[in-house]
Amino acid sequence: MAESTVIPEDLKPLAPPAELRRAPVVENNRGLGALTDQLSQFAEGKIPRWWWILFIPAAFGATVLLPVALVYQISAGVGVWGNNHPVMWGLDIVSFIWWVGVAHAGTLISALLFLTRQHWRTTIGRAAEAMTVFSVMMAGLYPAIHVGRAWFDWFMFPIPNSNGNWPQFRSPLMWDVFAVNTYLVVSMLFWFMGMIPDLAVLRDRATTRPRKFILSLAAMGWTGSARHWHHYEKAYVVLCGLCTLLVFTVSSIVGLDFCTSQLAGWHATIFPLYFVIGAVFCGFGMILVILIPLRKWLRLENVITLSHMDKVAKLALVSGLIIAYIYSMEFFIAWYSNDPYERWVFGHRLFGHTYWFLGWILIGVNVGVTQLLWFKKIRANMKALFVIGLLINLGMFTERFVIVVGSLYQDFLPANWGVYLPTRWDVALYAGSLGAFFMLYLLFIKFLPFIAISEVKGATPQGNPHHPLGGAEGGRS
Amino acid sequence: MSPKPYGILAEFETPAALLSAAEKVRDAGYSRWDVFTPFPIHGMDRVMGLKNSLVGWVSLMMGAGAFVSVVGLIWYANAFDYPLLVGGKPMFSVPMTFVPAYVMMIMGAAVGALIGMFAFNELPRFHHPLFAGRRFELVSRDRFVLLIGSTDPKFSATATRQLLESLGGAHIETIED
Repeated sequence: MAESTVIPEDLKPLAPPAELRRAPVVENNRGLGALTDQLSQFAEGKIPRWWWILFIPAAFGATVLLPVALVYQISAGVGVWGNNHPVMWGLDIVSFIWWVGVAHAGTLISALLFLTRQHWRTTIGRAAEAMTVFSVMMAGLYPAIHVGRAWFDWFMFPIPNSNGNWPQFRSPLMWDVFAVNTYLVVSMLFWFMGMIPDLAVLRDRATTRPRKFILSLAAMGWTGSARHWHHYEKAYVVLCGLCTLLVFTVSSIVGLDFCTSQLAGWHATIFPLYFVIGAVFCGFGMILVILIPLRKWLRLENVITLSHMDKVAKLALVSGLIIAYIYSMEFFIAWYSNDPYERWVFGHRLFGHTYWFLGWILIGVNVGVTQLLWFKKIRANMKALFVIGLLINLGMFTERFVIVVGSLYQDFLPANWGVYLPTRWDVALYAGSLGAFFMLYLLFIKFLPFIAISEVKGATPQGNPHHPLGGAEGGRS
Repeated sequence: MSPKPYGILAEFETPAALLSAAEKVRDAGYSRWDVFTPFPIHGMDRVMGLKNSLVGWVSLMMGAGAFVSVVGLIWYANAFDYPLLVGGKPMFSVPMTFVPAYVMMIMGAAVGALIGMFAFNELPRFHHPLFAGRRFELVSRDRFVLLIGSTDPKFSATATRQLLESLGGAHIETIED
């Protein structure tokens, strides 16, 4: 990795050897002005062809497929899905957990890495936060319609009403309502607040009057005063701390939905942790899938560097290893419990009927393919990482399916067994939500600051008042 | 209307130059001055003598308020207004309220942090005299600007200007209010 920092002659003996030096946050070292130009040019320039090629199918999913699937399901009832006795939770809940999972890595990258002062997160933090916001939106859609009578959704909120009824606050399903709504609001606040200084950058660069007007409203009159930054930084660190709490709360609560049920395969204390780590793992896969093409198409290879992708891949590896541990622990506990139902369920995950191959996909991808990330060559190969990212997403979707359907389809009574197959409406809804997610994401990268411009500039040597490139005399001032 | 100055702006090339200029402005006895930068400058808080921001306290108050309110709401809803017997457990107990109250505490604290930030910064404010500065738009790009306000007791249209010139400030500009 090229070392960009200029080290004065007299300090050279004190500087660490090349292999121990940290990779620079931004390569090429072209200075603050050039960096601002580079990072804002996509939001200001003409829309390229690849954007339209991706946008049109995504918009079709969001504006045709999704509304049709929703209207048909709401007017005809949940029966249009494959959900039926005994598998009452199907692809809708699988997709819900998957979307919540995708959201989690965004928060983890943005908030937890900020608290641990990882400067490289400045370059991918905004992209990750946007991923969080849009995927929580998609996640929130599913429980709202899964209840069957969507017009009674307001029963979930503690609103005084003429029936005199209140929610039952002991239920984890009720906690979900609070958790997902909080997650949506807090991640949006965090995302928006982080964007204010960058909207001011775009405002100051705007050339046309309407653009200037809209961006002025969005930037809230940000001036860049040191007093503003002072309060801003405090609010930012507080929000980061709160978002980090949410990473560990929201998926845990989703996990509690399962582990409080008296069902073999669900009734396990490991579930909250299991879901959090699974969520983070899946989200790292999604971040790889989103960033690898974008860094190339947006010509941001010097900002979202190979070193950053390497670090994301390492984090994916770590969370994948924890997942592998949890899988083995699940199987071990099922065997060790000596409970025939537990043993039945877990035995049938790999050697059962109908869904046995999904168990092997899950192990093969989440445990097997992830091990490729041990190799530096693979972490530096963007095509391989992209494919691994896609596979991780597939593997985690399969895992959710195996947990939900694989535990429900054969419960305690053989007379009660059945098979679940998603119908076209299940699939249409999922495809529609994917379309909506990518449509929102494409709009975001085109019209809003996709990279945290001010944070990246602050992490360069030119932005450091104690660095020679920041104007300091000698090595230190 | 007689033009009354808002203050004098001087521009610097690097964060280190701005930091040392800010130290000298402070040492010269000015009290109502500010710097405008594309990103927060490490060490500027100390030079400007900024105390710990109170945003954290606003966030704490709103978070704590949300926590207590949700505990109260759950007591009111499930134990008082419509007593709900679930699994033979007590109508109200503190542990059962924890998860919703905790989650809403996060929501309250986050909203509090944002509101606190806006309130202390007096944002949103869509007009600012500085936006009239000829080169002020470069602040969000790569320039570091120091402002000495006309409300400063030591402010003088000539002496302040000379001070900023002697500190190496470029493009010195008087801003009208």
